[in-house]
Amino acid sequence: MSIQKTYEEINEKIRRGEAVVLTAEEVSQMALTATPEEIAEKVDVVTTATFGAMCSSGAIINFGHADPPIRMEKIRLNGVPVYEGLAAVDTYVGATACDPENPTYGGAHVIQDLIDGKDIELEAWGKGTDCYPRKHIKTIINKDSVNEMILFNPRNAYQNYNVAVNSTAQMKYTYMGSLLPNMRNATYSTSGELSPLLNDPDMKTIGIGTRIFLGGTQGFVVWPGTQFNTSKPKNEFGVPVSNSATLAVIGNLKEMSSEFLQAAYYEKYGVSLFVGIGIPIPVLNADIAKNVSIRNEQIHTTVMDYGVVGTPVLGRVTYAELRSGEIEVQGKKIRTAPVSSLSKARKIADLLKKSILAGEFEITKPVQMFPTNTSLKSLKEVKGGE
Amino acid sequence: MTLQKKRYVLKFPPQSGDKPLSYHLVRDFDIRINILKAEVRPGKTGSLVLELEGTAENLKNGIAYLEENQVSCEPLNKKISWNQARCIHCGNCTAVCFAGALEMDHQKWELQFDSEKCIVCELCVPACPLNLFHIDFRE
Repeated sequence: MSIQKTYEEINEKIRRGEAVVLTAEEVSQMALTATPEEIAEKVDVVTTATFGAMCSSGAIINFGHADPPIRMEKIRLNGVPVYEGLAAVDTYVGATACDPENPTYGGAHVIQDLIDGKDIELEAWGKGTDCYPRKHIKTIINKDSVNEMILFNPRNAYQNYNVAVNSTAQMKYTYMGSLLPNMRNATYSTSGELSPLLNDPDMKTIGIGTRIFLGGTQGFVVWPGTQFNTSKPKNEFGVPVSNSATLAVIGNLKEMSSEFLQAAYYEKYGVSLFVGIGIPIPVLNADIAKNVSIRNEQIHTTVMDYGVVGTPVLGRVTYAELRSGEIEVQGKKIRTAPVSSLSKARKIADLLKKSILAGEFEITKPVQMFPTNTSLKSLKEVKGGE
Repeated sequence: MTLQKKRYVLKFPPQSGDKPLSYHLVRDFDIRINILKAEVRPGKTGSLVLELEGTAENLKNGIAYLEENQVSCEPLNKKISWNQARCIHCGNCTAVCFAGALEMDHQKWELQFDSEKCIVCELCVPACPLNLFHIDFRE
């Protein structure tokens, strides 16, 4: 009889302190000697995690009303332009927003300063209306002075990501780091066998409403992320071989910590935000057990040339090869370097495991599963658009 | 005789490019040379970062010989400092460190900095997304 568990049965075990929880790396080791059936029988939850730069991130903030009130139509936080089209005193701080005069400090830095409890200068302008007569305000805000601070990231936790190399004779500065000329280095992201969506490639347990670890507190998956793509080719182990599915996530920024949310600046590229995400995968059956058992040597990804427009594909490698420190692409040996933090991802997977074991974190059945047949559109240039 | 290892930044004028200076350092002064960084462009001022190994006497005489040939010879007085406490161990700096001074430990996947291997090429300074590397000038 094959094992079949429900979310509620697993939560009952979590409440009784009887649940067996492993990290995705631990279960991959266990799978070397145990069958998926045995794993499904013994293990209840597997924790996955990632800590990488995720540009499509940001924060919704409500400042509260001043007296007399202002309808903010242009807003700066520590000089960083933030969104002004959300009612009178709401804003969205995009992680990558910045003043071109000060490119190394952007929205991500505002977000980090806020969670670190620092004071931020708010300056805003409005035209003045009958109900919002004020035209200008310059004041100080912080985590305690504002009403809400909500992290809402439209595209995080990419399911797999490309390896970047640069075949040109010049250094290329990218979000995948500084790429040395003539393919002298290769950079890769994702935490491989620990990465959330690589452990649930068909998203059988992750969907809308899934409770997750986000930036140091509990958050939720609220939607498939933007550029959600289920039509990328998969390898023989069922995982897509390049960037495919994504998650839109939300959580209370006031409860988050800069240990798991870090502002970043990439030379000649711009600002981004390192986001720490952990996702528990309930081992409901042997199929899911098989998925979470995936190992780095079974996960392939695509090597792309970031030096050339159109990023042509140069080859395919496994995460085991990437982690070895050297890959071979078109007969050339190339030194590898990660650009997302595996040590932080491990810390998150471990923290999530501990909070499930302590009964502080229960798993959630998604209220709706993700679409299974999506592909990407590109932006067409239409005549007359100039 | 005990051998000493010292690092120097050599700056030489355009016209000195055609003299076999390193050959004389090796042959006449028994100095072992390790080139750490070289920027030599024909017809322009060049610079070299060298690690020289020899006896104190030979090093002193070798440096004097270089200076007689209009090559300025300053001890390498820069080093890279790393704010380890704030490091998130992303690995971006290891991508550009071809000297092998910055490497990920393959067990814990934490950054290891071996300052002995550092040639102060300074590529890690802009490569770090958290701006955790700085250049220290010392005497």
